[in-house]
Amino acid sequence: MRARRWSVAAGALGLVLVASGCGGGGGGGGDNAQVEVFSWWTGGGEEAGLNALIERFETDNPEIGFVNAAVAGGSGSNAQAVLEGRLQSQDPPDSFQGHAGAELQDYIEAGYLSPLDDFFTEQGLHEALPDQLVEQITYDGSVYSVPVNIHRSNVMWYNPSVLEEAGIDAPPETPEDLVAALETVAEETDAIPMAVGAQWTVDHLLESVLLGSLGTDAYNALWEPGADWDTPEVTEALTTFEQIMEHTQEESAAEDWQEAARRVADGEAAFNIMGDWAAGYFDELGAVAGEDYDWAASPGTEGTYMWLSDSFTLPVGAPNEEAALTWLELVGSQEGQDIFNPLKGSIPAREDADPANYADSPYLESALAEWQAGPQLAGSFWHGVTVGNRWKNDVDTAVGLYLGDGDLEALQDALVTAARAE
Amino acid sequence: MSTAPNRTGAVADGGPGRAPARAARPAPTPARRALRRARTWLPGLLLVSPSILLIGVFVYGMIGWNTNLALSDKHAPIQEGEFVGLANFIALWQEARWPAAVGNAVVFTVVFVGGALFLGWLLGLLLDKGIRGEPVFRTLFLAPMAVSFIATGVVWRWLMNPAPAERATGLNALFVRFNLDFLVNDWWTAPDFGMAAMALPAIWQLAGYIMALFLAGFRGVPEELREAARVDGCSEWGVYRHVVMPQLRPVLLSAVIILGHMSLKVFDLIIAIAGQQIIADVPAVYMWAMVFEVRDPAKGATIASYLLFAVALFVIPYLVWTVRKERSEGR
Repeated sequence: MRARRWSVAAGALGLVLVASGCGGGGGGGGDNAQVEVFSWWTGGGEEAGLNALIERFETDNPEIGFVNAAVAGGSGSNAQAVLEGRLQSQDPPDSFQGHAGAELQDYIEAGYLSPLDDFFTEQGLHEALPDQLVEQITYDGSVYSVPVNIHRSNVMWYNPSVLEEAGIDAPPETPEDLVAALETVAEETDAIPMAVGAQWTVDHLLESVLLGSLGTDAYNALWEPGADWDTPEVTEALTTFEQIMEHTQEESAAEDWQEAARRVADGEAAFNIMGDWAAGYFDELGAVAGEDYDWAASPGTEGTYMWLSDSFTLPVGAPNEEAALTWLELVGSQEGQDIFNPLKGSIPAREDADPANYADSPYLESALAEWQAGPQLAGSFWHGVTVGNRWKNDVDTAVGLYLGDGDLEALQDALVTAARAE
Repeated sequence: MSTAPNRTGAVADGGPGRAPARAARPAPTPARRALRRARTWLPGLLLVSPSILLIGVFVYGMIGWNTNLALSDKHAPIQEGEFVGLANFIALWQEARWPAAVGNAVVFTVVFVGGALFLGWLLGLLLDKGIRGEPVFRTLFLAPMAVSFIATGVVWRWLMNPAPAERATGLNALFVRFNLDFLVNDWWTAPDFGMAAMALPAIWQLAGYIMALFLAGFRGVPEELREAARVDGCSEWGVYRHVVMPQLRPVLLSAVIILGHMSLKVFDLIIAIAGQQIIADVPAVYMWAMVFEVRDPAKGATIASYLLFAVALFVIPYLVWTVRKERSEGR
């Protein structure tokens, strides 16, 4: 009896060891027979795009097994928590997804990422990508990630029929025009003038207003360490921001960006400022471009692309470095980017993409044309291009407190302090 | 303490039947005596030592580690971190976000604990009065316990939609439908006491459990005591007020502690309803943001220490009270 009990206990212990052994060794290999790629692309067009890339990769490289280590949820925040643990315990995947720009700064400073300068030269990425883009993702003279797509943050979506009802002929082109248009909509129609959602969508609105009000160079300068936010120009931009916020809906805190965007397509709201992933969402809703919704650069930002980009990295100590470089080669290539982006609903970071692949979507077609025409570039702060996580969080907190108490002066003070802390 | 186990050990050892035989034996040597004594406590110690070890490492060891981190300036994962004393604990109060988060947690705790206690007590009282179909009601009221805070949060997020009357949905739409427009409100998005509304789903979920606690308490009061009071001319309300309620103090205390520590640590409900927004910020959400988004170990550990401290404020008086009571009862 006792002997049997011991054998059961020993068996259980063995099972635990086997299970934990499997858990720990998931990334294993080291002989480049597989490549483990970590991302948070687990649904919708993102997943479809990733799967198409994987299929291509497996066709081109039958000898390398592809391990898709995607973690769902929280638009990446769950994945980042998991990734943090793996990097700290020196069990990195072979390549992981990250927003290009300052969001990767913490990883770079911690020594988790290998520089990809040689790779960029070999693959001709310096020529294929816009100069200003490469400049904005360079950290201490090196690049650390391969951008696969470009999203635009400064897009103003509007409902043409609501504008017509309000008697507005053309979408507003300056922040002042926008405020005037919002007042007209409020007076002439029952629609919500400007739809926003939860706190982060207000951060998103703020960056577009700052860009539109200050201009591209002044906006970019705001995110240099130690930048001065205590200027009359910033005060003016924040005043415009406040005037816009006065025309948003009361229940915004209980909604996310989808609900705010849907209000525009359904004619419940006139305007919404949201990134260009909204175009894919409008397609899902069955809304027709030009009828149910239309778009323009957010007021004052015509000719500037406020960009954000998903990119892939090469962690230090990646078990299958060769295979990881093969993967990066695919995601950096014109072919790879043209496979991925039409499905994901974004445009390629490379300038040499074939527009024919994007002709199905009126938005993507126009966006690609603008991108290839060589716009000025500004990095999105909220989406991790211009600032690291701490500064971003400080701004988010300041905006959240402003939403609670409406104290614009305190908002500017907090923004000044956040910039000085860097 | 040492005499009682010794005695039982001796009994188990020799057995009462063999006592005369033992008297004939020579007196045991000191070493033997020590061994015999060890037999009484050693197996017990061996049995509990794995859990002592595990709790020591994974609870108290981690608390120590966390405290150490909170007292350092390790504000990035790659920093080494020097000892800075209580600097982090003081700095938190100088920013705008932390006091707001604490204020939110206090409002939430007061409304949630108070509401769940009152509702649970009321339901328990009604069921104790012998309502028809009691088992059905009991199950019905307890059922929300089976739901996770996330699911509760998602549903109440819809119910508590703060849209004004012309676009109302959820409970606001119900109010409009019955011409109760004055009840239409901002729910949890109200700047000052929005957290009171945030406590509603938590009350809904836990009131049934508190009801079960109180019902057990009510049933534990012997019928004779009530009879005696009635014979003495006590009204039915008086019976509860002066006879039953005073005996429910232990139940009340357990309920307060269970609700209180849940409330201070609340995270999932807030995330499901509001996400990460300052308007519904609480210390646990703030801690999560610091650890996993800003990646500031020292600040996260500081908030964790405050949370532990706040929960200890609830739990330690309870432990002291329990120990004292057990002593006074001679257990």
